[in-house]
Amino acid sequence: MSAESGKIDPMHQFLIQPLVGEHWQIAGQSIAFTNSALWMALTFGAIWLFMLGGMKRDLVPGRWQVAVEGFTGFITDMLDTNVGPKGRKFAPYVFSLFMFILFANFIGMFPVALVGAHPFAVTSQLTITGVLALLSFSIVLIVGFAKHGFHFFSLFIPSGVKGPMAVIIFPIELISFLMRPFSLGLRLFVAITAGHILMEVLAGFVINGLNSDALWVAPVVSLPSFILMFGVTLLELLVAAIQAYVFALLTSLYLSDAINLH
Amino acid sequence: MDANAAKLLGAGLAAIGVGMAALGVGNVFGSFLESALRNPAAADGQQGRLFIGFAAAELLGLLAFVVAMILLFVA
Repeated sequence: MSAESGKIDPMHQFLIQPLVGEHWQIAGQSIAFTNSALWMALTFGAIWLFMLGGMKRDLVPGRWQVAVEGFTGFITDMLDTNVGPKGRKFAPYVFSLFMFILFANFIGMFPVALVGAHPFAVTSQLTITGVLALLSFSIVLIVGFAKHGFHFFSLFIPSGVKGPMAVIIFPIELISFLMRPFSLGLRLFVAITAGHILMEVLAGFVINGLNSDALWVAPVVSLPSFILMFGVTLLELLVAAIQAYVFALLTSLYLSDAINLH
Repeated sequence: MDANAAKLLGAGLAAIGVGMAALGVGNVFGSFLESALRNPAAADGQQGRLFIGFAAAELLGLLAFVVAMILLFVA
C-alpha cells in the first residue's frame, strides 16, 4: 500500500474489512465475516491445535506435552502466588485470556504479507481488548459482591485508615478501581498498535528507499532502516509476550483483591 | 499559527511523554537488576512486582502516544 503512492500510510493495516457477506444484517447492523473475525478464528484454531496435541497424560511427557504443561503450570503458579489456593478455580479463565492474547499477538506479527495475504493484529482493536478488559472487570465485580456482599466496599478503605482520612481516601480508591478496565484494555491495544505502526513506517522507509530514482538512497536509507526494523521486530515479539503476561498478571491481581479483600 | 501545524506540533510534543516513560521503564528494570544482583536468591520471587511496575510506568507513555494519535488522526 505504501509502495505505490510513495506516501507511508501506517493506519491502513488496522482497517476492518468485510471478507464474506457484506450485506448480512441483523436489525440493521452488519454481521459480515470481517478480516478481524478471520484472524480471531485463526487464533482460535492455533490454540486448539496446540492444546489438542499436548493434552496427553503420559507419565514421561513428550516435547509437545511439556510445552502445554509449561503454559498451564505458568498460569497456575501465577494464580497461586498472587491469589492463593482460592485462585485455582480461575485458572481456566486466566489461561484462556493469556493464550488468546499471546496467540493473537504472535499471529498478528506473522509476515503473511510475503505471500499476498493482509496481516491483521486482532489485539490492535480497542473493541476487542476493551471487551476482554470488561470481561475481567465484570468477573472481579461478580466474585467480589457474591463473596463479600456490600463488605466488598471495604476494598476502597485500606486497613488502618480511620475517621476523616477515610472520607478522602474512599473516592480516590473508588476512582482508581473504576479506571482499571480502561487501563487494562488501553495498555494492550496501544502497545500492539504502536508496535505495528512503527514496523509499518520502517518497512515503508525500506521500500521507498529501494524504489527511489537516486541510487545513493537505497544503501543510506533502506539498509539502516532494515537493520533497525529487524531489532524492532524482535522487540515487538518480546512486547507481544510481555503484554499477554501483564494482562493475565493484572487480572489475577484484581481477582486477588476481590477474593481476599485486603 | 495554522491549526494543522499546531496539531502536528502537539503530536510531536507528545513524543516527549513517550521518552519520559522510557526513563521510567528503564528505572524499573535497572533498579530490579541492581537489587537482583545483590540478592539473586530473592529475585525470582519479585518478578510479578517487576512487571506490575513496568506496566504502570509503560501505561503513561502509551497514553502520551494515544494523545499524539488523537491529535494526528481524530482532532
